[in-house]
Amino acid sequence: MIRFLVNRLLGMAVVLLLVCLFTYVIFFVLSPDPAVQICGKNCTPEAIDRIRANLGLDEPFRTQFWTFLTGLFAGRAYGTGANAIECAAPCLGYSFQTSQPVTDMILQRLPVSATVAVGAAVLWLLAGVAAGLLSAVKEGRFADRFIAGLTLTGMSVPNYVLALSLQFLLVVTLGWLPFPQAVPFAEDPGQWFLNFLMPWTVLSIGAAAVYTRLTRANVIETLQENYVRTARAKGLSPGLVWRRHALRPALTPIVTIFGMDFAGLLGGALITETVFGLNGVGKLAADSITKNDQPVIMGVTLLAAFLVVVGNMVVDLLYTAIDPRVRVGSAT
Amino acid sequence: MTDQRPLLRVRDLTVGFTTAAGRVEVVKRLGFDLARGGALGIVGESGSGKSMTSLAIMGLLPKGAERTGSIELDGTELTTLRERQMQAVRGDRIAMVFQDPLSSLNPYYTVGTQIAEAYRAHRTGVTRRQARKVAIEAMERVHIKDAARRVDHYPHQFSGGMRQRVMIAMTLSMEPDLIIADEPTTALDVTVQAQILDLLAEIRRDTGAGLILITHDLAVVSEVADHIVVMREGDLVEQGTAEQVFSDPRADYTRMLLDAVPRIDDEIGLLRTTATEEPR
Repeated sequence: MIRFLVNRLLGMAVVLLLVCLFTYVIFFVLSPDPAVQICGKNCTPEAIDRIRANLGLDEPFRTQFWTFLTGLFAGRAYGTGANAIECAAPCLGYSFQTSQPVTDMILQRLPVSATVAVGAAVLWLLAGVAAGLLSAVKEGRFADRFIAGLTLTGMSVPNYVLALSLQFLLVVTLGWLPFPQAVPFAEDPGQWFLNFLMPWTVLSIGAAAVYTRLTRANVIETLQENYVRTARAKGLSPGLVWRRHALRPALTPIVTIFGMDFAGLLGGALITETVFGLNGVGKLAADSITKNDQPVIMGVTLLAAFLVVVGNMVVDLLYTAIDPRVRVGSAT
Repeated sequence: MTDQRPLLRVRDLTVGFTTAAGRVEVVKRLGFDLARGGALGIVGESGSGKSMTSLAIMGLLPKGAERTGSIELDGTELTTLRERQMQAVRGDRIAMVFQDPLSSLNPYYTVGTQIAEAYRAHRTGVTRRQARKVAIEAMERVHIKDAARRVDHYPHQFSGGMRQRVMIAMTLSMEPDLIIADEPTTALDVTVQAQILDLLAEIRRDTGAGLILITHDLAVVSEVADHIVVMREGDLVEQGTAEQVFSDPRADYTRMLLDAVPRIDDEIGLLRTTATEEPR
């Protein structure tokens, strides 16, 4: 078990290092010179050189990348002497646009993204599994076909279409939901909840459709298993056969993809956050891409990669707890 | 004179499916008796309807199957029982051992849990600890060593033969009147096959349970069964005592089956077949 953990952690470190390298190459080496961008319109070659020196861009690539990496873990300083700016770990640099530390910008917006992700995940998990089970029980009947139609629609409608339609319908035309305002939970939980209702719904529809299909397929497949027949041959009641022998094996794979999907979403929902004007990591990413704010784009990318890798790891650990074949298989 | 009555009496048992191409009967007007404590072998090639017969007795036919005829267990007609009543029969009075012990055991639960499960379903007010004790005893009866420890292991931690022992232990905890074993040794290698057959014979001797052994393997039946039913494409070809069927088969088909058994003195490279069409 400990060996397994160590192996996984090492693998995780390697993956993250590679992600760092690739993003660094893409955003700092292959992109237009950041110094030119910072310098602005009335720029002299001397000014550009000064900025390059300050950012460390005059160093060779290896040194630059090393400084970036050490900055992540130990912090770094920009410039020298009295003008030096200390950037504490984990240092992702400063925004070209606002000059704020990227780390702070992300941390400020993370709670919003997390709220969006958690709410949507709960919704799609409940709706998807429930609809999938119903579909499996009523296989081939009206309810099953109806749900199949719904999932097809849910998977086909693009996020932004759904988001804009819902907003138009529920807020503008029908007035069922108040116009979204940024309200902290502690101030007005009701308004806070209504604010997030639409983003949650929009984000969960597509995933709920996928989870419905997955659950349905898994349950139907598991019911064909020989061990389900054994359970029936033992004289167990249908309820017990379902709960104990069909559901657990059928729902285990759901855990795997749920972990990944959720982790991916924690790193920000680009379209949904932008459409609903939620100030989360996704919107930050969208904004910085339009403004070519490289340090911010890089920071958001690294965060997303980090979350996915960690999510993957958590899923693996969960799996050892859920599936005895994985758990004991490695020990004996 | 209850002892005169057979344990199981099957009459006119027909299993059919309605398909797009019309009605297909996989078991046709089958009839046989199983004496109390007797051992019946049902023999046939794959597709002969022998497994469908066992599932029909258990009331576990796949969706869409139609079953007609009569199945009497100890004087009780099973075909007219409600599903709830049939649940009480399954596992408790008729228990079944399946072909592939690995896929027939749920990988997510310990063997102890799966053995005890039937016991807890059929006996009310059984505590976890009592059920566990029953499971350990059942495992000891099928000669699984160190049962008190092995009871907490998962199916994948057992070898093929041991898994089949677990399956048999599962049937034992309820002391059923009838055990149906559907190809219980087919998935096992030869040395283990003999052990499992010995175990089935031993259990029959000790508990007095009736046994229906379903197999394509005549060598297997000859070791265990005292009565034999030969099936082919849903039809009953021949039935009689094991001695009579083996020494003086009346049907040509039975003779062909017997001839198809390879012998040690056979010419190498020559396998006799029953020379029938591929079963559909």
